[in-house]
Amino acid sequence: MAAVVQLEAIQKTYNSGEVPVHAVRGVSLSIQRGEFVALMGASGSGKSTLMNMLGCLDHPTSGRYLLDGIDASALDRNALADIRNQKLGFVFQGFNLLSRTTALENVELPMLYGGRHLTAREMRERALHSLEIVGLAERSDHFPNQLSGGQQQRVAIARALVNRPEVLLADEPTGNLDSKTSVEVMGVFQKLNDQGITIIMVTHELDIAQYCKRNLILRDGRLVSDVQVKDRLISATELAKLKTAEADARLTGN
Amino acid sequence: MRLANTTTVAFRALRRNKLRSLLTALGIIIGVGAVIAMVSIGNGAKSQIESQVASLGQNIVQVFPGNLTMGGMRSGWGSASTLTVEDAEAISREVANIDGLSMEVRDRQQVLANGLNWNTQVLGESPDYPYIRNWPLVAGAMFSDPEVRTMGKVAVIGKTVADQLFPNSAPLGETLRIRNIPFKIVGVLGPKGFNLFGQDQDDVVLIPYTSHMRRVSRRTNLSGILVQAASADSCTTVQQDITTLLTERRRGREPDFTVRSQVELAETANESSKTMRILLLAIACVSLFVGGIGVMNIMLVSVTERTREIGIRLAVGAHGADVLRQFLAEAVILSSLGGVLGILFGIGLARGVNIFLGWPVLISTLWIGVSFGVSAMVGIVFGFFPAWKAAQLDPIEALRYE
Repeated sequence: MAAVVQLEAIQKTYNSGEVPVHAVRGVSLSIQRGEFVALMGASGSGKSTLMNMLGCLDHPTSGRYLLDGIDASALDRNALADIRNQKLGFVFQGFNLLSRTTALENVELPMLYGGRHLTAREMRERALHSLEIVGLAERSDHFPNQLSGGQQQRVAIARALVNRPEVLLADEPTGNLDSKTSVEVMGVFQKLNDQGITIIMVTHELDIAQYCKRNLILRDGRLVSDVQVKDRLISATELAKLKTAEADARLTGN
Repeated sequence: MRLANTTTVAFRALRRNKLRSLLTALGIIIGVGAVIAMVSIGNGAKSQIESQVASLGQNIVQVFPGNLTMGGMRSGWGSASTLTVEDAEAISREVANIDGLSMEVRDRQQVLANGLNWNTQVLGESPDYPYIRNWPLVAGAMFSDPEVRTMGKVAVIGKTVADQLFPNSAPLGETLRIRNIPFKIVGVLGPKGFNLFGQDQDDVVLIPYTSHMRRVSRRTNLSGILVQAASADSCTTVQQDITTLLTERRRGREPDFTVRSQVELAETANESSKTMRILLLAIACVSLFVGGIGVMNIMLVSVTERTREIGIRLAVGAHGADVLRQFLAEAVILSSLGGVLGILFGIGLARGVNIFLGWPVLISTLWIGVSFGVSAMVGIVFGFFPAWKAAQLDPIEALRYE
């Protein structure tokens, strides 16, 4: 089976300062359909740069990037925008929802672009379906500031899903969330992955990476580790454990 | 992105900042309002002048005697006494495209009737006069050609004279004394109102020009010749033909007459109001321009403020063109709404001027359309740069923007 993501000797050099910065120095990688990959690394390891290229927001300086068989490294701005629209879903650390816009309208956003002509009703139905998947259908008319962080992130996931992407890209999706909410959000990702959606996420939290199936570690722009996760954490089990722990704390507390 | 969606998104963005949108549109509102008000007032004045010019009659060509030069001293227009009945007859005989002609002798006289007296203008005219001036009689009839030939002692009086001399009775058939000569009142003219120069046209007594020349003023020359051309197009030709004919009749002497057509008169009257209109329009244009800069300013602020939103849109697949259209639509909707409100404001202003100052106004649908188009254009012109800036943003940079 062809890999959904295929990186061949990807390099990225920034020439903005006096000294050229080699952010990514030759990364080759292939990710199959249905994988759940955590991309880890310290600050400055190049993981954000790599993520931007995976997300078709940026061109590599050299190398080839095949996304679902299409050479994304050779496409122009508008073609990249269409790829992002149709093949990729984005989840950001800061949620990046449009304020003063309802959850439903936020989820409808990607359907406004990309040349598909859906009727307002079709868009609404698909957005509602997406919100159902993340368990927020009953909050569709709420504004972001009326939702908790975890709920906002789930709206963002619903938005990423609405165009049925090949790959879901998440950049530190739990970075702004407390540990329990993080586990809940990871539960959403695991559920989506179980349904066959390929997920690549950037994280620097080791325990969060344990929820994924495969861990990549980047250092100084090079891939230094690529392992399948043993003893994978399952969100449902962890949440149950947290619940018991909470109950215990309450009993002993009084 | 489809047009309907673009419009919805733009409306949503404008609704989020209602006060700011309104204040931004205010520049356009005032600009368009000014244009509509100015044009309405200008058109009102123009149509009033036109109706006054028209009250003179249709397609009038007037011949006045020229100035008199005597021993090097030059007197003013009308001082020459060389316009004759023969001149008028020659015009009537030889110039084509003439519908009517009236020989005119003007004079002011004290008139007596019904035990009252009144100083008024006594005009010696031909029977064509009411027809040329498009001035119907309300009672009786105009004197006829035989009465002119026989220097008949008959008079037709204007409304003001009738009101002054016969406040409580009907003037028809009564006797009017001019220089102690009794004239029988055979007709009463309908009301005509004031002319372009503010004179009461109804303060007049018409008698046959022959009677005037022989019995009243004892003059041998005419004060003027009133000619009606057959159509508006022939006005200029008739004017030229009369000039040529009278010049020939002078046999090389310096021309001592002036021929004016109503077209010229209307043009002169319009000239002053035209200058005023251009000036006011220039002011309106400046205020629209300033309004446009206001739109541009706010759109630039809006683009900076919403950099993150633009980043999100680009990340989920918006093309630069989509973003450009979105911001352009916002600017155009903003300025068009400003235009619509401005049109309403302008109409209100014109109505107010009409009601409170009593000036005539004429609201033109053409200018309402033009104003709306211009305000939409202002949105396109001044919204383009901010929208273009938004479209050029890099998605990564825009997403990182705090």
